[in-house]
Formats: sequence, C-alpha cells, structure tokens
Amino acid sequence: MNGVHDMGGQHGMGPVQYERDEPVFHEPWEGRAYALTRAMRAWRRWTPDADRYGVEVIPPAEYLRMSYYERWLYRLERAVVQYEFVTAEEARTGRAAAGTARETPRLTLAIAGSWLNRGLASSIEPGVRPRFAVGDRVRARNMHPAGHTRLPRYARGKAGTIVMDHGVYVFPDTSAHGKGENRQHVYAVRFTARELWGDAASARDSVHLDLFDDYLDRG
Amino acid sequence: MAESEDTSVDRRAFMKTAAAGAAGAASSGGASADGHHHDHDHQDVPSDLTLRTKALESLLVEKGLVDRAALDALIDTMEHKVGPRNGARVVARAWVDPDYRKRLLENAPAAIAELGYSSGQGDHMIVVENGPKVHNLIVCTLCSCYPWPVLGLPPVWYKSAPYRSRAVIDPRGILKEFGTEVAEDVEVRVWDSTAELRYLVLPERPAGTDGLSEDDLAALVTRDAMVGVRKVTAARSGDNP
Repeated sequence: MNGVHDMGGQHGMGPVQYERDEPVFHEPWEGRAYALTRAMRAWRRWTPDADRYGVEVIPPAEYLRMSYYERWLYRLERAVVQYEFVTAEEARTGRAAAGTARETPRLTLAIAGSWLNRGLASSIEPGVRPRFAVGDRVRARNMHPAGHTRLPRYARGKAGTIVMDHGVYVFPDTSAHGKGENRQHVYAVRFTARELWGDAASARDSVHLDLFDDYLDRG
Repeated sequence: MAESEDTSVDRRAFMKTAAAGAAGAASSGGASADGHHHDHDHQDVPSDLTLRTKALESLLVEKGLVDRAALDALIDTMEHKVGPRNGARVVARAWVDPDYRKRLLENAPAAIAELGYSSGQGDHMIVVENGPKVHNLIVCTLCSCYPWPVLGLPPVWYKSAPYRSRAVIDPRGILKEFGTEVAEDVEVRVWDSTAELRYLVLPERPAGTDGLSEDDLAALVTRDAMVGVRKVTAARSGDNP
C-alpha cells in the first residue's frame, strides 16, 4: 500500500534524533509488548508479512505520532481479535469468557532461548527457477497494490542491475493476505543514485534493494 | 524517548474498560475515560500504554496463550544477552583472521555461528565490507529490519522517520549528521533491507591498531559503525556501543 510507512525519499522529517547510551527498552511496557508479540507469533496463526501489514494499516497521523512499540501494541491488540485468540468481548472486558478452555502456551520457557532462529525456511529450492541472473538489467514494475508489498515507491519504474541472487523466499504480497506463499527468487538489485533521484545525486553512489521476481521486468 | 501521554480515539476504543479498571486499581487518582489528568504524580500512575499492555498480558495469560516466564526470558535475552558486542566480536575476528573474513563475506550465517551468536539456520545475513573506495550504509525504509543476532534490537533513531526517509535519498547528509566524512571519490552504497536478508557492515580497521589484541579491537567497534553511520576510530569516542 502507498502508506506513510513507505518513507524512502520523503522530505521534511527533520534531523536524526540520537540518544546516547540508549536502553534496549525505555519503559517496562515496551519489553512486555515486544515479548507478548514474539510469544503470540509462535502460534503461527499469522505470517510475518501479515504482521508487517498490521503496522502499515495504522492511520497515517497515528503512525507518525506513535512510538515504535506503541505500534507493536496497537497491532497485537487487533491481531489477537482478528485471528480469533480472544473475542471482542474479552478484549473489551480484559477477562476470559466464562467456561473458556485454557490453552497451552506455544512459546515456552524451554524454547524462548532459541529466539535467534527467525524460523525462515531454507532459501535453497532448486525446483523454483530464477527469472534473472546476476548481471541482468531489470526494471522494477510500476505497480501500486493497495495491500502489502515490499517494493518501495521510490524504486518503482526504475532500472537497475541484479548483483546477487539470494535464493527463494515467501512472496510478501500474497503471504500477508492469506493468498499463499508463492515462493520465488529474491535478488539484490543495484540502482544508481542518479537513476533514483536524478542528476543532483552523486554520480558514484548507489542504493541496493532486495526485490522479488514478481517486482521485476527485464530492463 | 519520551512517550506521548495523549490519549486518542483508537487507544480508548480498545480495552477501555479494562484499562480504566486497572487504573482505578493502581491509583486512587486514576485516569478518566475522557482524557488524561495532569494534576497527578507521573511517578505513581501507570501510563495508558502501561495499562493497555498489562490488560493484554493478563488476558493472554489467563487464556493460557502466553507463559509469563517465557516473556521474562525473552526480555532478559534482549536486554542482557545480545547486542552490538556480538557483532563487534565478529568484526574483530574478521580483522585479525583473513580466512575468517573470507568465510564471513561468503557465508555470513555460518561464520557468525562459529562464534556462537546464531543457530546458523533461519538467519539470512549478508556482511558488506567497507574499503578505501566503498562505504556501506544499512537502512530499512519500510519498517525496522535489523540484524538481531549480531546487533540486538535497533535503536530508536534507526526506526525513525528522519533516518528511514533520508538514508536512501541523502546518505551523505545523514553521514555528515553523524560526523562521518566520506570523500567524494568513495561510493556510498546503501542497502535497503526490503526482504528477509539482514545486513551488517564490516568497517575498516583503523590505522594505528596493529599491536592490539582481538579483544581490544572488539572494544573499538561500535554499533553505529556496523550500521555504517560512523567509522571505527582507534580511540573509543564514548558513543553508544
């Protein structure tokens, strides 16, 4: 979606606000919101792509006002209802409905330590053929899906060069909306700064994006 | 970063009852349903966000969906067990061991796993190397993608609108704000993490560090240098690790 989250190239956001000796979590609730989200992801009832989309649909003014973990909290509050872990009534009252069967947590203390593993499938899948090879010239499609996509606006319609084939990954645009994994190759695509930003940009600089087969045409 | 204490329609709409109930329990002053009182002591009254988080956690615990001990373990891990010190060890090893550097650039997950910082499975990482003619910079313009196993959770500035908007259109301006000078004849190469690959910058080893041990070298490597917004200097600047 052409949302406010797609920030690359926007002006007017001001200088970077740097905090020295920044804590991992600024307040206890941030750590809880983080951990609750991780623990609920372990149920795998929604995909990582659906999770990202859950932040993108926050109304733009709210998105910009909210802190990072406030967005996580907003998303999780809605996801637990949307994916039917709790009813709207339970969310409203904060209490489980009478007679509800008690579940067994998926994220246990024993497996919380394996946090390092994001659970991604192998990217090696010889059965899925790449459409492009390293060195190929490509052009990012001029597409504007209303749903989730990982093709930023600033690269759409621009020409670049494949510099790496990362292997095969789940396609976010379908995975976010329950329309299947649609696994396909992802490539690092090099765009010159001038291709993206015009003649005022450095002739030497470049931006690399990781783009899916379905985002690209031969350039 | 300070949290806004404004309330909003969206925030009130969800768990209004639960939050108000918790507020009443937590403080005799409490929070009113129509807004936020500013005549109370902020030390004593939990914020709206604290109340919402507590309400959600207690409901999910009551339903058996989450285990509090596992939540505590996740938080402890992110606060105390991972962070930029992991990445710094990787960088220092690459500086002192050319074979390790080669393995790191060719297969980052496996090389990082050698130091015990990753399972080696499920991590899809690329290490990009700075040199005399290339300076790399990592960003995620769409959200907050960041190499957790080697850097921990990202700082607020990395996830913020100023950095995400400008890192791709004005990387040299961003570098200048961080006090980092990159010569005109050096390519600034930005990596926008738009898929499941995660990037780490292998900074240049600073001059004048020939006699240093691997441990001493690791102590010089900062988080910011591994994102690419600063260079590593021979004397620690005192900035964030």
